[in-house]
Amino acid sequence: MKKPSWFNITSLTLGFAFLYIPMLVLIAYSFNGGRLVTVWAGFSTKWYGELLSNEAFLDAAWVTLRVAVATATLATVLGTLAGYVLVRGGRFMGRTLFAGMAYAPLVMPDVILGLSLLLLFKTMFSSMGMTTVILAHTTFAMCYVSVVVSSRLMSFDRSIEEAAADLGATAFDTFKSVTLPIIFPAVLSGWLLAFTLSLDDLVIASFVTGPGATTLPIKIFSAVRLGVSPEINALSTIMIGIVTIGVITFSVINKRQIAQRLRDEKMAG
Amino acid sequence: MTLRRFILIAIPFSWLLLFFLVPFIVVLKLSLSDPAIAIPPYTPTLDPSSGWAGIKSFFGQLDFDNFTFLTLDPLYYTAYLSSLKIAVISTMLTLLVAFPMAYGMARAPEQWRPTLMMLVILPFWTSFLIRVYAWVGILGKEGFLNMVLMWIGIIDEPLTILNTNIAVYIGIVYTYLPFMILPIYSTLEKLDMSLIEAAEDLGSTRAQAFWLITAPLSLPGVIAGCFLVFIPALGEFVIPSLLGGSDTLMIGKVLWDEFFANRDWPLASAVAVVLLMILIVPIILFQRNQQKQMEADQ
Repeated sequence: MKKPSWFNITSLTLGFAFLYIPMLVLIAYSFNGGRLVTVWAGFSTKWYGELLSNEAFLDAAWVTLRVAVATATLATVLGTLAGYVLVRGGRFMGRTLFAGMAYAPLVMPDVILGLSLLLLFKTMFSSMGMTTVILAHTTFAMCYVSVVVSSRLMSFDRSIEEAAADLGATAFDTFKSVTLPIIFPAVLSGWLLAFTLSLDDLVIASFVTGPGATTLPIKIFSAVRLGVSPEINALSTIMIGIVTIGVITFSVINKRQIAQRLRDEKMAG
Repeated sequence: MTLRRFILIAIPFSWLLLFFLVPFIVVLKLSLSDPAIAIPPYTPTLDPSSGWAGIKSFFGQLDFDNFTFLTLDPLYYTAYLSSLKIAVISTMLTLLVAFPMAYGMARAPEQWRPTLMMLVILPFWTSFLIRVYAWVGILGKEGFLNMVLMWIGIIDEPLTILNTNIAVYIGIVYTYLPFMILPIYSTLEKLDMSLIEAAEDLGSTRAQAFWLITAPLSLPGVIAGCFLVFIPALGEFVIPSLLGGSDTLMIGKVLWDEFFANRDWPLASAVAVVLLMILIVPIILFQRNQQKQMEADQ
């Protein structure tokens, strides 16, 4: 292995500094005792206390969590079905339209998705609320799940499924005991992806929300429109912390699984 | 076709028809309507009870007034043009930052790569809104950047960066950087190093080897990355509204204001239809690029 060049080390250092310094500054100022950004008024956790006693934020966090769980679950079921139909469904009438619709929300600007869904909901429901937010989030999140699941379906050996069918398993049995266990990691990452997408969304939720269904991003956005707010720094720090722990745990588990698989293959070989 | 297969296909299909395709038809219809002070705030509305005459008069009242208005009022076409400009420039800037990083990652010792990869993906899982907001505290007049620069002594007066287009560029480059790094990295990682060694053995300089081998072979990744940044940047709303100034015109924000502030639903729909028509070309080109790459991989 060649020694890494100075150019590569410099570009990686600068690049990662650019990616991480803003978040570190944000975290650092969440522990600032004063309200002003420039003045360091000593270490303090008072903004965390204020955040946790702020009913409006807690309510919004609770709404967001419920919406995200419902969205992720619904989107995983629909997205897995969509991915399965796209890869294993064969030819059927309207397949091109279906493939286009399953792909388009990935590249559609949020403002357009939000506006169009609201205009539809206005004709369907008398008032907007959590249901409409969940329906809207599910629609775009299921397309991400479908991409993740279909790429896993494409990469695995079809002969295993055929073998199960040859041995007399019905199509449903084959799916349940062969296909699903193999694609399960992809289904799980699809769920996590859908959960995160729902948790993050500001624009679509702003369009289709209603009374009593203010999500956390909507709350954050209205709080920071006019500048820095230390409570939001505290909230951001908590959210960044959770994500960091989640991503590291996930990658450690993943690494172990890969190592295990390599060992198994060695043993078998 | 068995019944089970039909149901399997019908569930996701009808969901997307109802919640993706039908809403677009509603937007299209509304973009041809006129605003009205009523509930709902537009006219005409379809009244099925009045039968054939009602349908006829409904279609008779649809017109292209909103689209004519978009071409007449300079606010709208300047907003489209300035969104295009901002999206193009920030895509180029993102490429300039991302390529050396992706290159460094692909050339890093193999045992580092998973960690580097995780460091790129981690911000992607972190809230987009929070990552944009982080820059508000950095770029402001009394922000972190000005504080550091004045402390070092590079500047005496604080720079005005927040609420200008420069802040919007920084915000877009920052938030979309992982989307550019990952596809470039995946093409560079697959690149056969012996090709470059061969070129150098045959007498080409490092720069020549880069332009003759690395650059063309990484092109599919570069193209994919550029589309992944350009397409969402064009309709961006959060970044211009938090980091941009009053003179930052982006179409996503215009649409938002038209809907929420002016409550002109038909005009907002027309703005959306035109934005979609502008996006169709890059979206189709992007998909072709992806398909070509997939076929090449197989």
